[in-house]
Order: sequence, then C-alpha cells, then structure tokens
Amino acid sequence: MGQYVTEIRCGGAVAVDDTIQVKGYETRAGSRILEGFRPLFSAEAVERLERAGYEIAGKSAVGEFGLDLLGEFAHGGANLDASGALRGAAAELVAAGSVKGALCVDLNGTPRRAAALSGVDFLKPTYGTVSRYGVIPCACSGEQIGVTAKAAGEVRELLRVIAGHDPKDGTSLPTETYSYNDGKAVAGMRVGLVRELSAAASDAVQARVTNCAGRLRGLGATVDEISLPLSDAARTAWNLLLCAETCNNVSRYDGVKFGYRSPDYRNIDELYVNSRTEGLNFLTKAVILYGSDVLSKGRYFTCYDKALKVRRLVWEQVKALFKDYDALLCPACAETAYRPYDIKDAFATVFAESLFTAVPNLTGLPAMVSGGVQFFADTLQEGTLLNLAEALEGGSAK
Amino acid sequence: MPERWETVIGLEVHVELSTKSKIFCACSTAFGGSPNTHCCPVCMGLPGTLPVLNQKVLEYAVRAGLALHCTIDRETRFDRKNYFYPDLPKAYQISQLYRPIARGGYVDIGGKRIRIHEMHMEEDAGKLIHSDYGHETYPDYNRAGVPLLEIVSEPDFRYGAEVVAYLEKIRSLFTYLGISDCKMQEGSMRADVNLSVRRVGESGYGTRTETKNINSLRAIEHAIESERSRQIHILSGGGAVVQETRHWNDDTKSSTAMRSKENAPDYRYFPEPDLPVIHISEDFLQTARDSLPEFAEARQARFVSEYGIPEKHAARLTVRRETAELFEAVVSHGADARDAANWLIVHVPHVLRTLSEGVEDIAPDAAELAELIRSTEGGAVSRADGLQILEALLSAEGPFRVADYIREHGMSVENDEGALEDVIRRVIEANPKAVGEYHSGKTKAIGFLIGQAMKELKGKSTPAAVHERMEAALK
Repeated sequence: MGQYVTEIRCGGAVAVDDTIQVKGYETRAGSRILEGFRPLFSAEAVERLERAGYEIAGKSAVGEFGLDLLGEFAHGGANLDASGALRGAAAELVAAGSVKGALCVDLNGTPRRAAALSGVDFLKPTYGTVSRYGVIPCACSGEQIGVTAKAAGEVRELLRVIAGHDPKDGTSLPTETYSYNDGKAVAGMRVGLVRELSAAASDAVQARVTNCAGRLRGLGATVDEISLPLSDAARTAWNLLLCAETCNNVSRYDGVKFGYRSPDYRNIDELYVNSRTEGLNFLTKAVILYGSDVLSKGRYFTCYDKALKVRRLVWEQVKALFKDYDALLCPACAETAYRPYDIKDAFATVFAESLFTAVPNLTGLPAMVSGGVQFFADTLQEGTLLNLAEALEGGSAK
Repeated sequence: MPERWETVIGLEVHVELSTKSKIFCACSTAFGGSPNTHCCPVCMGLPGTLPVLNQKVLEYAVRAGLALHCTIDRETRFDRKNYFYPDLPKAYQISQLYRPIARGGYVDIGGKRIRIHEMHMEEDAGKLIHSDYGHETYPDYNRAGVPLLEIVSEPDFRYGAEVVAYLEKIRSLFTYLGISDCKMQEGSMRADVNLSVRRVGESGYGTRTETKNINSLRAIEHAIESERSRQIHILSGGGAVVQETRHWNDDTKSSTAMRSKENAPDYRYFPEPDLPVIHISEDFLQTARDSLPEFAEARQARFVSEYGIPEKHAARLTVRRETAELFEAVVSHGADARDAANWLIVHVPHVLRTLSEGVEDIAPDAAELAELIRSTEGGAVSRADGLQILEALLSAEGPFRVADYIREHGMSVENDEGALEDVIRRVIEANPKAVGEYHSGKTKAIGFLIGQAMKELKGKSTPAAVHERMEAALK
C-alpha cells in the first residue's frame, strides 16, 4: 500500500485526501508543484473530525489536483491492484479496513468512481453543506468534500461530524447541523433509472444497475426508466467550468512563495516558466490551456456564459424529475476495471467518464455510490441516499 | 487658420475605504505598518483559504453609490479578474465586472453634470518595493485585500479643472460619509485618466490613451495638459494616436508608454464562485438612504440662510463635516454665529499651526469653545488670553473647563478692575505729552496711551475695556 499513501500515521482512524489540508502534514494535492508545502491550518472538516475525537490516519494519495480518473497521475505514481487495474487510494484503504473512512474531494467524480471499483460507499453531499475551507481549490463552484466508508452507517456518522455551517466559507449553507435521519423509506420509494447514462455503460455495469433495480423493487420501491436528456450537455458544461476555474486557481503556483521551485533559472520569468513546466503534469496543463481559452475575451459569452446557462437548465430538468422521483439510479462509471494509460489521453478519458458523474457536480445535488451503482437525490436529501445504500447493504432500512 | 481641438476625458477613480479590516479577511487596513505584518493566509492567497465579504464594505459601497445618485444593483456579485503579477498573491483580483454594485449616477460640479457609468467594489493589490541598488524586488502584502471602490465616469470632462473639481467633489462626498479619507498622496484616492482629442465640431471620439500613476491634483492637471499636447502634436502632423496605457512621471512632467492595445492583458473575468450573489434588501437600502448626511453643498447654503454668515465663510466651514458640525454645536451653545465662524476659520487653524497639529486630530468640547468665544468677544477676557485659553483647550487631554482656567490664571478682566484703574492712572501720569495732545484735540493720541496701558497689563484686559476707561479718566 506504501506506493499510494502519502503518509499514514495510524490505522483505524480517518484518512484525508491529499487535496485537503491537515496542519503538520505536507499537502501536495498529488502535484510536484506543491512539494514541501505544509499548510498553516487544517481544513474545517478535518478540525471537526479532530474536535469530535477522531484521529487523522494520514493523507491518501490523489492524482494531480484530483483531475484524473482514479489518481493514476499522482506525482508518486499510480495505484494498481493485484490484477494490474487502477484503484483509488482512499477507497482501497477503506476496503482493506486500514482506516474507518476517508474524506475525499469530489471534483469530477473521482471518489465516486473509486468507490464503485473498490466496492465501498462514497457520498458527495449537497454543495454548501460541508465547508470547503482548507481544500486545495480547483473548481470552487462544484467541488465538495464527501465521505468514503465501508457501509452507509459509517458514512452517515462521519458526514454528521463534518457537515454544518462554517462562517469561513461564504458558500456554506446556514444550517448548523444535519441529522441525515430524515430520508424517505425505501419501501414506497420512487426511483428513476436514468436511461441515457445506463445505456452509455458497459454490459457488465448495465447488468449491475438492472440487478440493483430488481433488488429495490424487492424492497418495495418502484423503479421506472426515465430520461435525463441534458446529461451529455451537463458533462460538457461541467468540464468547461472545471477547466476555467482550475486554470484560474492553479495560476497562484509560481515557485516563489511556497511549493516546488525549479533549480534551473536565470531570472524571474525563467523561474516561473521552469517551475511550472517541471511542477505540473500534462493533464493539468491541458486543463489550464482549455480553461484559459474558454475565458478569453472572444469566448466568454460563447463558452463560459453558455455553460452557466446549461447549469440552470440542467438544474431545472433534474428538479422537475424530483417532483416525481425520490432518487435517480445510474452507473458511476462505464467499466468495472481500468488499466493504466498514456497521460496524453487523460483529458479525453476523464471527459468521457465524467458523463456519469457531472450532473451532481454541476448542480450541487447530492450523489452516492454504493454496491457499484450510483444514486442522485434532491437537494439536502442525503438521508434518502443513505437509506437506499443501507437497505441494499442489508442493514436496517430507515 | 490654426485648428481648434477639444479634449475628451473620462476618469477611473479608485478610493480606499476606511474600514478597520480588509474586504475578505479580518486583517487590519492601517496604513504604514512594517511590511507583511497585516497579512493572513486569506490575503496572502494561500491555497485552501476562502474570502468572506466584510459587511461594512457593502454598507459603505451602497452609501457611496447613493451619494453619487447611482442605481444600486439589488443582486450584485463579484468576479475574478485574472492577471499574473507579483503584487497579486492569488494571481487574480476579486472585483466586479458583470454585476457592479452601482450604475448610472452623476456628480454635479459647478454648472456641469458628470455622468457616472458604474461603481464597483474590489480588493487592492500589494505593493512592490524595488531596491535602490541590485535587482531585488520586495513584495509587501499589507495593502493586499484593502477594500476599494472604483468609480468609472463617462467621457464628460473637457478641461483639467473639471477633473480636479470632480475629484474634490468625490472627496467631499466620501469624507462626509466617513467612508474614506481620500488622500491622493497616501494613495487612498487614485485616478487614471482616459483622454482623447478631436477637432472642434467633430462628434465621434478620437483614439484614447489611459494615463496611470497620478498622485496629486496638481499632477493630474499637468498630466492632462501633457497628454493633450502630445496627442494634438501627433494628429496635427498627420500621425495617429496609438491606443495604449501610459505611465506618468511627476518628476519629469511627462509620460511614457507602458503597453499598447495589442499587449493589453485579457483579464478573463468570470463570476467569483467562492462568494454567493449578494441580495440587497429594501430595508438595507432604506437604512443606507436614511444614514446619508447633509452634504457640503446643501449645508453651505443652509449656513448662509440660517446663520447669516457670508457665503465665503460657509464654504470654508463646510469643507470638513467635523468643522461644520462643530460650528453648529458651538452656535447652539450660545456663541454668536459670525464670531464662531471667525474663530473656526481664523483662530483655531492658527493655534493648530503653532501646535503642529492637524484639524483632524482635535475634537474640542463645543460647549467650552462656545464659552471661550463668548468670554473673549464679550470682553470678559482679553484677546491674547483668549488665544492662550484656546491653545490650552485644543491641547487638553481630558475634560477642560474654560471658566476654571480663567479663574486659575487670573485672566478675568472684571476681577482686575482695581489693577486696570491703577495702570491707567500711571500711564496718564507718565505721558503728559500725549495727554496734552489729546486734550488739544488730537484725539488719535489716545491710541498711544491705550497701547502703553495694554503693554503694562500684559494682555490682562481688552483694548475695548481699556479704551472705555482711558476715555473716562482723560475727561
């Protein structure tokens, strides 16, 4: 496990993704550009865990800024299972029982994908419920800390601790605490199976979704096939916003005040250029170029502003579905396993896979992966998602 | 026949707000601290930090917008302006482009109306200090995150004097609001000049330049004159003005090109995702409206009609809100309005000069000042003593009673009635020649005798009182 764990200091506690700051731990967000960066403060979510008596096990590895599929382009190298397939670090630590749970930043679906592949749970709560203070920022308008754990009960327990209003985060919702006990019961629940997303997945994954639908019916829920026509547009919009915001957020890394500085420079411009050339990987550079383009003068209204309009339309479309359905069911990723691949293909690969995960990032709605499938729910309906996962895991459905 | 040219000027004015803490964190905004001592992870732009809007900034901005007769956007928000420069720790500035807090106002200067295009809130950048030798540059981030208002005018100015009047008007409005001290030398008020010229009679605009780094009202007039001449010279010679940003050098009284339009940065603005849209309620707006003070112009007119003081005095008294308020308070405590105006315009500044203090450093008790003015003007204490008391009053720390001071220092003219009679008798005895002249009809000789008496009295009486008694004694 050593190769994908940045630093684990004790077992049985909670791991924290390397995109989340913990005071005293080097925080690199998987990137060479932050080499040696020790934050002056812990993230609010980490502080809350510590105040509640949880021990921080250490930092779990992520790909550079969490932009890749499963952490395969982490500065320390990819994490592979025995068969040579890619696995997410935090999800594997949880699956192996090394830690009770993990805090992970859901930027473009990575922790959801990782949970589906490792057979654990991950819940991305509603945007604004868990403070982003202390998250290495990429796409501020949609990234959100969530919880990876083995079972829904542990997800609920940890999420209760970290969620709640934080005055340090201007986008934090005013509610002080969340119980997550207020979800709909699975018996009588109306679930919509998203046709477009299911159809885009491999046969094996489709079978998993179909099987889940069957089990839900067995538990007394109704499952209808529904359509979310804007899911493809949601993917484009989210990736566009993500690139633009990330491009802007990583421009502060210049090799001067902290992080990696190239040893090879003769003047300030060379210091900037060489530190970034050596400190950032190909995927991040692609994101920067794309983001820079969509924000440029001629393109803002044809690209960025359009993406904001799509965000509103997707929101309306999903909200309309939640008038008739309590949850939506879909795959979390196309395949059941991913092999290492060339970083030159990373941008296209992540874009393709984010079809399944983009809607909750774009709209801020909660999403949960459990049993290898994914559920979306309406704003603040995490309780419903946890009830679904608990019922499918054979626990007591609330 | 020589061509006649018209200058067209638009102004971008930056004003630092005088809130105690910065716009997005709790750091102090105090001017002049040691470098990098008013900083925290937020204003240093460290990863993981988030901005939280200082509500005072919003309040100040709304009041400023109302004072400039703008429409306040009830759903305003911030945008990120990208530029990579060492004075900007995040590599973007949080500003407003798409939904500025205020739009479409105006400022009246003399008989002319200058339209305001928009006004927005933003954070200031840090300061770069370049070493005198070597090639080092030292960034100081104390100023990073200090709240600013940027006021963008329409191109309505034609003369440098109008620009100066406009800046003075904004300074008056904002100091009356108490939201900024608007000191150009300290950088709390800065102006960038957009200027183009055209032949008189033309309706379109010429190519404009933007001149930055102008640090005083005098410099702005010089910069305008210099740029106007430069452009006319180019156009008269058949050349074309290049759209560019120019840097004013006040030592050489000339500007140099900084960057042309082709090299102009694309700021790649986009909505700030870390700060939610700000909804301004009707209550908030009404409270702001209700809090607007009576501004200098209205107050000046009222002082003339209500107190019967000359226009010139009313103008002087209303330059600063504190002075105007002190004037009214002193009058309300029984001082004559004309006397009070005279004291506040002449004596108080004079005494402050001898104390080497600024008018902003003092806040004398209005009741005591009124007492002093009445005592002196009524002849109860001499003018010399009055000024001494004023000096004591203005430099007093803690409570000061004018009446006690007069008693303790034996300054009361009435108390010295006997001494006064003695002195007058002695002066008359010692100056038979002047007394003779007086009695022979040269009544002006009394002036010499009064002067002698005043000298002996060492200011312990007033000329009027001495005059009265001297006349009586000479009869």
